[in-house]
Amino acid sequence: MNPYENIHISRRHLIKAGSAVAATAALYPGLGAFAKSDNPIKIGQVTPGTGTYSALGGNQVAGAKLAVDQINSNGGVMGRPVQLLLENTGSDVGKSVQKVRKLVHRNNVDFLTGSVSSAVALADSQASHGLNTLYMDLGGHADAITGKKCSWNTFRTCSTTWLLTAGDFHTLFEQFGKKWFFLTPDYNFGHALHRDYVQQLKQAGGQEVGNALAPLGTTDFSSYLIKAKSANPDVLIILNAGNDQINALKQVHQFGIQNDMGIGGPMMEMETLESLPADARVGYWNMEWYWNQPNTPHVQKFVEDYKKSTKANKVPTARSWFGYAGTHALALAAEKAQSLNTMKVVKALEGLELPPEIALQPHKAVYRSSDHQLIGSQFPGQIRKNGSYPHLFDLSSIVDSSKIARSAEAKGCSMSYPSSMSS
Amino acid sequence: MELLLFNIFNGLIVGLFYALMALGLSLILGLNGIINFANGSFLALGGYLAFTLKPEIGFWGALVASPLLAGLIGLVIERGLIRPLYGRDPLYSLLLTFGLAMIIQTMLRMTWGANGLPFKVPDFMSHPLSQTYFFLTGYRVFVVVLTILAAGSLFALLQFTRVGVRIRAGNSDLETVSALGINIYRLRAVNFGLGILMAGLAGVLAAGRLGLTPTMGASLLMPSFVAIIVGGVGSLMGSVLGGIIIGVASGIVTTYYPAASQVVIYLIMAVVLIVRPRGLLGQEGLLE
Amino acid sequence: MSGTESTVPAASFGATPIMRLLPSLIIWSLLLSVPFWMPLVGGYTALASRVLIFGLAAMGLNLLLGFTGGLSFGHAAYFGLGAYGTGLMLKFVSGSTPLAIVVGVLVGGMAATVFGLLTIRRRGIYFAMITIAVGQMFYFIAVRWNSLTGGEDGLTGFSRTNIGFGQAVLNLHHTITFYYFTLFFFAIGCAVVWRVLHSPLGHTFVAVRENQRRLRFLGLSVGFYIWIAFALSGTVAALAGTLYALLNNFTSPQDLNWLLSGDFVIICVLGGMRTFWGPPLGATIYVVVQDYLSSITVNWMAFIGALFVVVVLFFPFGLLGLLQRRSSQ
Repeated sequence: MNPYENIHISRRHLIKAGSAVAATAALYPGLGAFAKSDNPIKIGQVTPGTGTYSALGGNQVAGAKLAVDQINSNGGVMGRPVQLLLENTGSDVGKSVQKVRKLVHRNNVDFLTGSVSSAVALADSQASHGLNTLYMDLGGHADAITGKKCSWNTFRTCSTTWLLTAGDFHTLFEQFGKKWFFLTPDYNFGHALHRDYVQQLKQAGGQEVGNALAPLGTTDFSSYLIKAKSANPDVLIILNAGNDQINALKQVHQFGIQNDMGIGGPMMEMETLESLPADARVGYWNMEWYWNQPNTPHVQKFVEDYKKSTKANKVPTARSWFGYAGTHALALAAEKAQSLNTMKVVKALEGLELPPEIALQPHKAVYRSSDHQLIGSQFPGQIRKNGSYPHLFDLSSIVDSSKIARSAEAKGCSMSYPSSMSS
Repeated sequence: MELLLFNIFNGLIVGLFYALMALGLSLILGLNGIINFANGSFLALGGYLAFTLKPEIGFWGALVASPLLAGLIGLVIERGLIRPLYGRDPLYSLLLTFGLAMIIQTMLRMTWGANGLPFKVPDFMSHPLSQTYFFLTGYRVFVVVLTILAAGSLFALLQFTRVGVRIRAGNSDLETVSALGINIYRLRAVNFGLGILMAGLAGVLAAGRLGLTPTMGASLLMPSFVAIIVGGVGSLMGSVLGGIIIGVASGIVTTYYPAASQVVIYLIMAVVLIVRPRGLLGQEGLLE
Repeated sequence: MSGTESTVPAASFGATPIMRLLPSLIIWSLLLSVPFWMPLVGGYTALASRVLIFGLAAMGLNLLLGFTGGLSFGHAAYFGLGAYGTGLMLKFVSGSTPLAIVVGVLVGGMAATVFGLLTIRRRGIYFAMITIAVGQMFYFIAVRWNSLTGGEDGLTGFSRTNIGFGQAVLNLHHTITFYYFTLFFFAIGCAVVWRVLHSPLGHTFVAVRENQRRLRFLGLSVGFYIWIAFALSGTVAALAGTLYALLNNFTSPQDLNWLLSGDFVIICVLGGMRTFWGPPLGATIYVVVQDYLSSITVNWMAFIGALFVVVVLFFPFGLLGLLQRRSSQ
């Protein structure tokens, strides 16, 4: 028996969830309670529960669970409850493809969500395409997902590499200056980030003074940091993510590099900040979502609801928000389409604007129809010196992604639909 | 040129680390006849124990206590799970420790969480020793000194204590040792615990360098295997030598072609296997 | 020759020819009817394809591990090379599925032949360590060689293609058709392994396992036979790998990782590594249990680990081994 199946909607549950509900009450017209016989709408989420990405994946699941609770407490979608089916894969991509098939063939899920890493996103997007099932990529950043390999059935909630770099390019350029040195993880994601920054740097009249390619999984960055120091740049741009980023930053601190040059990069995650020793937290970075937005309505409420829902004193991270927004988006689109037909929901998702209670950011958040990429906001800022959890980051601004996004054509995406199914 | 010299030095540090891990593996491989796949998980366990103990007994206390604690846990596991395997096909010990690694890793994640945890070393060690050689931090030097000390004490223990002499004797001829009335079960237990203790120590040191994740030991396990193969099975000195060689080689390659820095250690292994199949200091026909 | 009785597969419980054939008959009819009964027991057809593929890989490994006594912990390398060979062929060279399978088998098989030479110089634990390390070398090559393999992201952008037979077209995109396609190659793999085991060569393999000294007295080169077993076994694993690439339309460096090698070994032991049908049985249990556990708990890996421990401590001869012992008592 799957403990995540059958999210029971009891009276007690309704009362408990009551406070979490109010925020989104208006979005889902419905009765608010279901008979047991009601046939649920199934969302299958594939998550790396073990392995390197498990912390990130866990937060995406927590966000999705909160979303499902809210949806159900408000009467579900088209009067039917929503059920979240979780599958854990470990770090094995083959297993995640297998789970995608299982969810579709055996569990007959209506929608698929998931992925933390590029590899899984690429594989699952391709597999769900073969299965004619809508796939919401929550956290896999591979450019191709909404670029060269964009697909009519796949949408993405997290950002492209271009948005990540453009999000804080101006902050970094103005803060530090023209001469940039890059520390690049030697795989597609890193190469894409590097290419995108360099393009903007050249346009702005800056100069790349060096690029050190470090293999993925590098633990000792000293060799690359020596190169960086001898190139004497204005800023060292760290393009690594996850454990590599943590190790790079620790060594930056140990060698005192931050005293000689600026430190920055395109992607900082709350999970990463938590893993860093306090004094290694340095630099100007971009986040994809941040919990502390005093001037944005509904955000404070969301943070409280999330804490209640997870029963832990942890603030939601960008990953939590991906899970939350991505799941709500699917439900909203189905409600709008009044159908679970893949093509109809796809059409409803195209151009769908997340309501403020779910977008949780000052700018519009829209799933662009040309490439199925969510265009919302970027959150550049600076790591707070000697900050204590959860106050680890200070936003310098919130950038409207629609002002910096590239067009679908520029990204290499030309969307085509199956002829028999197009509406 | 300066970069190359630095990378050689840096490779030496990394190699010593491999060596420390390989020593523990090699010790267990020798007397217990077991490849301990769970060594990486025990390494992580040592690191996490230090993380929890540090607020109570400080860095230095944790540095001493957590390897000992890991060694004790090793003793218990040896008694319950490893002992039934002695004398059986090595296949079974491989599989059992493989499963054990998964169990320990999951338990670490359940206890301390999936997200990485920071492990702070004392302030005076976390800064460069000189401005020109900024990459020489106190902690790096400390790791080198401690690794050499640990390896030295292990060799001294094996050379000069009664237990050590018995372990060495058991390595070459367990039957005779047993015939002399020595309790070889206890001897093997002590030896296993000692091996885990080395892994635990490597774990604390790695925690200071890299921070803590449940999978932190996995990336160190394979290079230490290679260190043993290159150095020669059955020779503790060989394991140290093997670790240093692959560490330095990896450092040199990092200077010119970082993408191959991992593959190169396997190439070295392949060359050693072709030219000198028993490894640099290995004895012929041991454990075969 | 000692140990000959254990080369005769599990189908030897009974005395009469019919009784002898009965288990095989049951197994094949069960396999042929999978799409009909699988949904009834809560499974799905793609899971059955995965079982066949893992069963085939383990059966290949078992030729070396169970019958020749070579403790390989690195067979995922040849499995994965088969997968990459197929994927790269489909992506860059030709869209022909059969050709891609041939190329994948050749790539994996040849690697096993060449690197087998390197490993057979040592025995026992040493042999195991070397096979792991050689396997990891291929893993790192796949991870680092971004431009060819897609690196950490894996190789995407290829897809199994339909096979035309004149007018008729075999639609491999259909899950059930692909299951039978996999079953066809599984049967070929079984036939090859069966033939080898029942040939003089197979008997020599068992002799290598049981009594190497005697073989040397007879003037036979033990190393040579281990090498042949290694190459054959790697080739069968590579065939399984090509099917895995086609099943997923995707290959990842994980397909070469030593953790997968460990899966193959436990599958052999779980089912019974001295028996012909042990590995497929082990694969059925292992793949289904893993699939089930990872649906119900994030901590599934601990349970899989516990399965390893329980098998080693309580069922060292595997399920079929247990049955054989029972029936021979």
